[in-house]
Order: sequence, then C-alpha cells, then structure tokens
Amino acid sequence: MAKTPEELYQERVKRIEDAIQLKVPDRIPLVPHPGFFPLKYAGITVQEAMYDYNKTYIAWKKTLSDFEWDGYYPPLLLSGYVFEHLDYRALRWPGHGVKPTAPYQFVEPGQVIEGEREVYAPMRAEDYDWFLDDPSDYMIRAYLPKIIGALAPLTKLPPIHGIITHYQGLFDALPVVGTPEVLGALESISKASAESLNWLNSLTAFIDEMEEMGFPAFFRNVASVPYDFIANFLRGTRGAMIDMYRNPDKLLKAIEKVTPWQIQTAVDGAEATGTSRVAIFPHKGFKGLMSEEQYKTFYWPTFRQVILGIIDAGLTPFIFTEGDYTSRLEIIRDVPKGKVVYHIERDIFKAKEVLGDVACLTGGPPSSLLCTGTVDEVKDYCKKLIDVVGKGGGYILNPEVPLIDENPENVKAMTDFFKKHGVYR
Amino acid sequence: MTGDLVSALANLKEQEALEIVQNRLNAGDDPLSILGDARRAMETVGERFQKSEYFIPDLIYSGEILKGITAMVRPKLTKAAEVKRLGKLVLGTVSGDIHDIGKDIVSFMLDISGFEVYDLGVDVPAQKFVDKVKETNAGIVGLSGFLTLAFDSMKETVGAIEDAGLRGRVKIMIGGGLIDDQVRKYTGADAYGRDAAAAVSLAKKWVGGV
Repeated sequence: MAKTPEELYQERVKRIEDAIQLKVPDRIPLVPHPGFFPLKYAGITVQEAMYDYNKTYIAWKKTLSDFEWDGYYPPLLLSGYVFEHLDYRALRWPGHGVKPTAPYQFVEPGQVIEGEREVYAPMRAEDYDWFLDDPSDYMIRAYLPKIIGALAPLTKLPPIHGIITHYQGLFDALPVVGTPEVLGALESISKASAESLNWLNSLTAFIDEMEEMGFPAFFRNVASVPYDFIANFLRGTRGAMIDMYRNPDKLLKAIEKVTPWQIQTAVDGAEATGTSRVAIFPHKGFKGLMSEEQYKTFYWPTFRQVILGIIDAGLTPFIFTEGDYTSRLEIIRDVPKGKVVYHIERDIFKAKEVLGDVACLTGGPPSSLLCTGTVDEVKDYCKKLIDVVGKGGGYILNPEVPLIDENPENVKAMTDFFKKHGVYR
Repeated sequence: MTGDLVSALANLKEQEALEIVQNRLNAGDDPLSILGDARRAMETVGERFQKSEYFIPDLIYSGEILKGITAMVRPKLTKAAEVKRLGKLVLGTVSGDIHDIGKDIVSFMLDISGFEVYDLGVDVPAQKFVDKVKETNAGIVGLSGFLTLAFDSMKETVGAIEDAGLRGRVKIMIGGGLIDDQVRKYTGADAYGRDAAAAVSLAKKWVGGV
C-alpha cells in the first residue's frame, strides 16, 4: 500500500533527524542543494523565475516530484522586481548584467566589473570607528545608500541619534526627508516593500504546499560567520585581508560586535518560520584564503560562538563550508556531539575520519562528475560514498556544490543508487 | 642596506619597508635599484606562497606595500624600469561569470613571477581572448571560472581559439574552484591548475619548453 504524503513527511523528517543526531536511520537521507538546477530541469530561465515566482515553484515541484528527495532547500530566487525598485547594486541578475539563463551573482564591495570603476565602494578603514560606535547609523547613512541606489539620498540625513525632539534634531532632519529625491526614495522603498510581501507570501504558500505533498524544508533561516559578515558586505575580501595586518584590533572589534547579531537573527528567524535548522555558509576561511593562525584568530573563535549560541537556543546549525576545508577539519571538530551538520565540499572521506563521530556530514559527487561524467562513473562514486561516508549513519547525501548545470540523467542515477543501496540493516 | 628592503618587504613589514625607501630616496639612491630590490622581495613572497608558507592575504598585503613603495619612487624616476619577461599570457574570467578573486591572485602571481600578463577582467567573451592573443602574440591563455556555466564558456573559448587558427601556437590552462581533470578534458584545454602556484608552475614549464 502506498504511503500517504503525511506518512512520507514524518518518515523523511525522522530519517534526517536520525542522521543529524548521529543515529543510524533506515537509509541515507537525500537532501541535495538544488541550486538553480530545477529551473533548467523544468525549462524555465532564471530571469522568468525571478519575475514570475510561480514558475520557480513549478520548477521546484517538478524536481521534487520526479526525484523524491527527503528534504529540500527552499528556492532563493528572490524577486527581480524588488531589486529593480531598490536599484540594488550588490547583485548581478538576469537582465541586469548576466544572461537570462545565468544564475545571479554577488557583487563584492569594491569589485570592478566593467572598466575601471568599482560597482560600489567598500566601507573605508577610517569608518570602523563609526561602525563600532553606532552601527545602525552607519548602516542607514552609509552602507545601505551604497548598495541600494534608491536609498542614496539617505547620506544627506543628519546622524539618526541626534533626532530626539521638536527643538533638537527633528526640524533639522525633516527638511532633508522632505526633499523630492528622498520622497522619491521612500516611494521606491514602498513599492519594493509591497512586492517583497507578495514574494514572501508566495514562498510561504509554496512551503506549506510542499509539506502537504510530503516534503520537509531542510532549513529556512540563515546567519553569517562574523568575519564573513565584515568581509563579504562591509570591507570586501581584500579590505578585510589587509585589515588583518593594518587594523587587526579594529577588525576583531567589529567581528566581536556582529557576533551576537548572528545568534539573534537565527533565533528570530526560527521563531518567525517555526523551523529549527539555521544555515551558515562560511565563505572566506578556507585553505588559501587565510593562514591557520589567521583562521584561529579572526575566523573560528566567533564562528564557534555563533554555533554554540544557536545550539543553546535549541536550534541546529547547518554549516555549508565552501572551498577546501580539509586543513580546518581538526579545528571545527570542537563542537558538541550530534548537534551540528557540516557540509564538506572537498574530501568528504577525510571529513568522515576526522568529524564522523562528532557531526553529521553532508557531501557527495563533484559537479564535474555530475556535469560531464557517465552514469556508470556516477554510480561508482556513489558506491564509495555509501561504503565509506555512509558507514554507521551521520551522513546526508548532498552533491559537493549546489546543482546548476548537472546532467539530469546523472542526478537521477545518483538519486536511485542511494535509495537502493543506501539502506541500513 | 639594500638587503633591508628586500627582507622588510618579503617579511611584510610595511612601516619598516616604507622608511627604508624614504631613507634611500633622501640619500639620493637610484630609484631603479630600489624598485629592483622591491621586485626581488616580491619574488621571495611568490616563492613563499608556492611553498604554502604564505597565503592569499599575504600576497594581497605585499601588493599593497609595493603600491606604497612605487608611489614614493615613481616621481623620482627619470627612465622606465626595464624588466625581462619570461613570456606573455592572456588571462580572464570566462563569459557569464563575474568572479574575480581567484583570477586576480593568478594574475598577481604570474606578474611577480616574471610574466607579462594581459588581464581581460571578468565575463570575457571568447572573441576577446582571440583578439588579445592575436594582438599580443601571447603564447599562453589562462581561463578562470567559478560557476559550472564556466565549463561551457571555457569550451567555447578553446573552440574560438581553435577556429581562429591559433590553437597550435598557444597553450591553454584553466582554473577555478570546481575545475578538475574531467573539466579539462571536456573543455579541450591543455592543463588545469588547482591554485595560483600551479598556474605559475605550468606557465614556467610551458615557456621553458618552447
């Protein structure tokens, strides 16, 4: 007798939870990061998906119905309209710098894409004090106006903390707010806000529908590694790297400042969405991007604080490492047992040796194999994964990197092979 | 005293390096000899990177210190420094991909290792690589890419170089987070490199073999 979607849902939730708690589930759960793969698979362009949200959900539904994975990553296609209303600078998306079929791509502070000019300037090293003394003021009057063109006029505001009452501040600030350009900015924000609500409602409805179809979302909320928060968004990769030499104290202070924010955002998000897993995508700490000493100074201590804070709040951090993390494995071992999920991109086999008794691992075939390899090559690789990484539980299948252009035949082969041969007992 | 600048820059002592440069300029030292020392120091930085004693932040920072030194020395220069180059290389992130960090490091490492690098930037169409190879007569092409879509763009670029009749006289290397030998075969490139150090080894091997 076929199982009901409700039964399948419960079965899948338990399978995933068992793996995370380092118990042996009935079989290895399959939770691939779908990336942009569902769109290509369903014949929908990234551009269509960002402007017609329903098309995104059609693509996700088709992918999950065909492959029947145990959990899924909600689509993060966001909304092209919202970005347009905002005149958003920190992203290139289809129609705005990349082809209709290409994934959107993050633009770093200070990054030069065409010609000689940076798309938007990084936070200046001199502004650390401003950021440290009054971060929200910095965000409102300096950071947001840089990445959101519509908010550019906010640079003209007097310090927000100085707006206190009718005879001090209010009558200095209001005339600035009343200028045509600020009123125009507010109108753009109002449009963006309304559209983002449409988008959010559509996403929530989609997630509910997937639940009814028997598919649990693997996570909903995201937090950052404190160093990445500074390096990705404020100082840029190069800026943060140079700060490690020129301004190490300020950099550390800023990192410490944003650490509790990451825990707070995880807790607030979990409350709002009712989900317990919080994804963190460490970007800038892998081998090569800093020395081990720098990792132990600027990266890991506050990263670990975020991990522990999330666990203390009764939530599960899902840490999707990118790049070669092999040389960091011994360091990131230092977390409570059975409470953390680590995704390892390179050398999942080594990760099983080092982390296997502490944390659930996700990982799998490399994208080069899934893109250009044969079905038999994929099966051979999957067999090795099941035999070595799957041994004793604590493993969730998830290809090395998010899917995009992988050959659907190979994705199917991987899926079928794991369902057939990834069974325990 | 000349040894001081080499070791100060190679050891990333910014203040010390800049002071030495200032003292030498004040003493009327030849600006070209200062730049020569700076270049020797950068070679040491490159060697340390290849031996995994230095990492990307060390490279970036050494580049920043060098920028400061060059800015101090440049006004005193009466003739351009002539540097012997090992070979010419055209480099860029392929079409559709705007990732630049890895490509920039490769560019930097090749430069300090003695190559003349023509860096075409990011999201570079295949034809631009072809045009630049024709224009510069470069013997090596480096294709960078971070996304899986880069596999196809790399393949197209190799194809365009082939169609232009240039394939016989250029060696092509590819690199990026997801690149391995499987991708190399798919794209038709001559070799792939795991990191910037590998790019330098490949380039040196290729010019040595010509």
